[in-house]
Amino acid sequence: MTSSRLLPPSPEDHAASGGLINRRWLLRSSLAVGSLGLSTNLTRAGQLEVPEWSSKPGLGMSAYGQPSPFEDGVVRSRFDLFPEGIGDGSGVSFTPLEKLAGTITPNGLFFERHHSGIPEIDPDAHKFVIHGMVERSLLFDVESLLKYQMVSRTCFIECAGNSFFNSLGEPQQRTAGEIHGLIGNAEWTGIPLRVLLEEAGIDPRAKWLVAEGADAAKMSRSIPVEKALEGDAMIALYQNGERLRPEQGYPMRLVVPGWQGSMNVKWLRRIKVSDTPFHTKDETSKYTLLQKDGKSRQFTYQMGVKSVITFPSPGMTPAGPGLYNISGLAWSGGGRIKRVEVSADGGRSWSDAVIDAQPLPQAVTRFQQPWQWDGGPLTLMSRATDETGAVQPTREAWYEPYAADQLFHQNSIQSWSVLQDGEVRNVYA
Amino acid sequence: MSMLKISVKLAFLWAVAFLFIEVNAQQLGKGISEEDLAPWDISVDPNGSRLPSGSGTAAKGAEVWADNCSACHGEKAEDGPAGALVGGVGSLTSDAPVKTVGSFWPYATTLFDYVRRAMPYHAPGSLSDDDHYAVVAYLLERNGIIDEDDVMSAKTLPKVKMPNHDGFIQYWPSKGD
Ligand code: HEC
Repeated sequence: MTSSRLLPPSPEDHAASGGLINRRWLLRSSLAVGSLGLSTNLTRAGQLEVPEWSSKPGLGMSAYGQPSPFEDGVVRSRFDLFPEGIGDGSGVSFTPLEKLAGTITPNGLFFERHHSGIPEIDPDAHKFVIHGMVERSLLFDVESLLKYQMVSRTCFIECAGNSFFNSLGEPQQRTAGEIHGLIGNAEWTGIPLRVLLEEAGIDPRAKWLVAEGADAAKMSRSIPVEKALEGDAMIALYQNGERLRPEQGYPMRLVVPGWQGSMNVKWLRRIKVSDTPFHTKDETSKYTLLQKDGKSRQFTYQMGVKSVITFPSPGMTPAGPGLYNISGLAWSGGGRIKRVEVSADGGRSWSDAVIDAQPLPQAVTRFQQPWQWDGGPLTLMSRATDETGAVQPTREAWYEPYAADQLFHQNSIQSWSVLQDGEVRNVYA
Repeated sequence: MSMLKISVKLAFLWAVAFLFIEVNAQQLGKGISEEDLAPWDISVDPNGSRLPSGSGTAAKGAEVWADNCSACHGEKAEDGPAGALVGGVGSLTSDAPVKTVGSFWPYATTLFDYVRRAMPYHAPGSLSDDDHYAVVAYLLERNGIIDEDDVMSAKTLPKVKMPNHDGFIQYWPSKGD
């Protein structure tokens, strides 16, 4: 991807220092040469050969398609939280963000967080109950739930512990996905939770729901009724068009768009309606944010505005000076992404990156920024702003209120240091 | 826009809304009695709702602990590969906060709820409710929150005041995020 066939950028083409280039220049440049494909500078490529796969019929059809064997390096990165035999199945696996394009996370690469492994649920034996402050307690089986009219919604689910590596004292040398990959973005299809709560006849005095999974942890989280009655909470049965994968909560999970991942209770078996929150272990002991003053923030549901550059990033390195497309992902629990800025000089100057024309609320948006790298060392950053005006904080500003080991809701600006040889390192800048 | 156009539009919106309600009015949930769902009704709130009958003390709890918990959480619950459950009181404002049941958890009811639903990790649900109360009493006693002879039951557990009870700022609903 060198710039040999493009016009050299003139001073007014520079959007910010460090080689960040205005989109106008790309446009002007491509007009000048007719199109990027019409080279003004032909080199000999050697005569083309007819490859083997074009000379005989290929493989036959298959029941369930798999990625090309050449893509076998595009896998989740598993991270166990406990030594073997102590908490097997309680851990995470990270989505390889830097190896994917677009915004939808493939189902087999969608991050995992389990608190006691993946239950092997027979859908014919699975039951779901709504009870508590309702006129009638109701029992559903999966077969009948599949008969309801469904809605589809594209949104992200992000673990509240995502990016926790960047809360550690020293920057960890891991890939973009291994730091920020506890997020996935998918089209979820299912039943608005409101519909089933109304069928049960929810008591108008009800204020809280407690949602519970059928896994051995019986993962449970309290959820304000507003998220269901006036909001967008849904019971999802499908992810990206197919039934949920076991690790994503098969046969059914809760989806609470924009809120902490662990509230999107997987393997959903029960919702109890109440007038008080339950203060479960995973909303007191865990998923609360300890401040310096010893107090902890609780019920911090919404995930903050965030972005990360996936190219270049550790392991995804530029090969020598030239023109590159900086690319990355941005999202916010607060709504749509409105703006992403990129800096190539450690945050002194910023350029507005190009983002999807119509970002969806609580969904991942991709951004791109042309970059003419002169081969010198520099620090890349991205900074997202959402439609509520919330701006992604610096690491220092993010850390300010928190105790030393506070790691949840880490949404600070990621800095990548690009070295002379193209190596990219995680730095706190 | 003419009145006619507006009313046609409204009629259309009503039809769409109605269609949605209609289709989803199929009401496929079956009734279930409180008694039938009791085995799943395990969520305990800070008022102690749904705490079962039974009781236990720290002395009995020490046995339950040794047999079922110590391998992962330490002999005295102060260390161990699955994390400490005892100690750390007063450490939350230090450079190295230690969050345990004693130093961090706001409600004793949460401890009962969690142990009954999820512990011991490899075999949740394998202990009796008397054992649940006993092991909860053991952890509270080890943390200096109750006395050795205090009996934990549906009546006493919700009254236990945890050291960090007032340590939380609720962001929902006032602060929204
Ligand atoms: C095989 C190992 C193992 C055994 C035995 C075990 N635990 Fe655990 N315990 C764990 C793991 C792993 C977790 C963390 C689970 C998670 O990731 O949510 C945990 C979490 C806990 C927690 C929550 C800790 C916190 O700070 O949030 C409590 C309380 C607890 N266990 C109590 C017990 C009790 C009581 C027993 C005995 C009845 C017990 N455990 C037996 C492995 C074990």
